[in-house]
Amino acid sequence: MTEHIAIVGGGTGGTVLANTLAEKLGAEIAADKVEITLFNDGEDHVYKPVWLYVAFGQREPADGRRPLREVVDERVTIRHDYVVDIDYDRKELELVDAIDPAPYDKLVVATGAQLDPERVPGLADGSHHFYGEDGAQALRDELLTMDGGHIVLSVVGTPHMCPAAPLEFTFMVDDWLRERGRRDEFDITYTYPIMRVHGNEHIAEWADPRLRERDIGVETVFNAEAVDPKSETITSMEGTKLEYDLLVAIPPHTGSDFVESAGLGDGGWVDVDQHTLEATGFEDVYAIGDAAQTGVPKAGSAAHYQANVVAQRLASEVRGQPAAAVYGGKTICFIETGMDDATFVEFDYERPPEPSEPTQAMHWSKLAYNESYWLTARGLL
Amino acid sequence: MTTNQSQSEADTTVDARGATCPGPLMDLISEVRAVDTGTVIALLSDAEKSPTEVEEWAEKSGNEVTDVVDQGDHNRIHVRKL
Ligand SMILES: Cc1cc2nc3c(=O)[nH]c(=O)nc-3n(C[C@H](O)[C@H](O)[C@H](O)COP(=O)(O)OP(=O)(O)OC[C@H]3O[C@@H](n4cnc5c(N)ncnc54)[C@H](O)[C@@H]3O)c2cc1C
Repeated sequence: MTEHIAIVGGGTGGTVLANTLAEKLGAEIAADKVEITLFNDGEDHVYKPVWLYVAFGQREPADGRRPLREVVDERVTIRHDYVVDIDYDRKELELVDAIDPAPYDKLVVATGAQLDPERVPGLADGSHHFYGEDGAQALRDELLTMDGGHIVLSVVGTPHMCPAAPLEFTFMVDDWLRERGRRDEFDITYTYPIMRVHGNEHIAEWADPRLRERDIGVETVFNAEAVDPKSETITSMEGTKLEYDLLVAIPPHTGSDFVESAGLGDGGWVDVDQHTLEATGFEDVYAIGDAAQTGVPKAGSAAHYQANVVAQRLASEVRGQPAAAVYGGKTICFIETGMDDATFVEFDYERPPEPSEPTQAMHWSKLAYNESYWLTARGLL
Repeated sequence: MTTNQSQSEADTTVDARGATCPGPLMDLISEVRAVDTGTVIALLSDAEKSPTEVEEWAEKSGNEVTDVVDQGDHNRIHVRKL
């Protein structure tokens, strides 16, 4: 009998997993003992980090998009469909477009995160963002045509994808304006929901003086309650009101509705064992990447490492061996500190991040990583 | 304020055990957004700094911590939305 491995979500985690599994289980696939199916609700694989650069006119959205079929190993079956629910007794996935459900013996949820700006009144109409293709392009156009004023970067929702990205944007916009000799025409304010400028204490300690020495205003304990697009103001639950000419917001995020309907966790995030990545209370179900509640940031690098762990575990299980691989929380992150320099952090469940002095070489490493991403996702690097 | 026994009943509970700082505080803030004024929220957290962080946030945001109960392996922090 063929064993069905189903992966839901063809983003960074799902794609790396599918490709790594195809490599590891090549012999079993050839012998029809295993079939790997990747379900994704769109035709393309999307590499989201490109959007940060789209906002500054340095990249195009197309640079972050490729047909999934070009990125995924040909031994993997791809189905373009939205998975709605799971029948755990029959071990089947219910799909939006297909009449027949799809069988699974092992299931991995890699459905990522999506934006939910509607949670804050006025946010969708009143703000810009770089967390989507259209948003990043509209923001680029706005930045290019603005003639001075107040730019407010507000982190509205946490958890959100790439915890470093709001700081990166803030440092980059400061530098971008300086390069153009226009910084004195603008005020910049950065807001964050808790008492420091970043969720992680070590990053906050590193970033705080850097924001201030670049004359960037800082508003902590700022949880956006409402945005008024007419008067161009953003008000916090804590009673602070800021006037803006350009509001760049990191909108609230949710996970996939599918996770909620399948009862795998609240808010679309799957409850998992943070080491084995098994869904809590379910057999033969794993979750990786942004969808998994591991406690590490919603970052592509974490999704990648988790995919490697689950690939090893599944390969062992298929061969009737004990699954030994575990995830130790490893995450790496390049943080742009301007248009021309960056720092790098590496951390895990035990070791905190220690940002180093930014260098130009690190900036080029980040750009090189972005270029080589397509090989990484393909499993070649 | 740390007591060993809960002195107030909560209207709703946010279980943030297992999440590291500032996850529990952020979960609490999301819940505060969603509920009516006067509601008491119980936050369950095993992150060491949660009681201090929640206290600091409540003070700044004009909400009230009514109880912090040490439950052994986690704290139960009661916050009233004002
Ligand atoms: C602006 C920006 C910059 C970033 N920069 C970095 C960075 O520098 N470094 C870094 O490590 N990370 C970065 N990230 C974060 C990174 O992009 C994500 O963490 C990563 O994409 C997560 O991978 P994933 O596989 O969990 O989810 P995703 O890549 O989001 O993929 C999820 C896929 O599942 C599909 N899907 C969802 N639900 C269903 C369903 N029910 N049925 C079928 N398909 C479904 C989605 O359409 C999507 O294709 C950045 C993110 C943004 C937005």
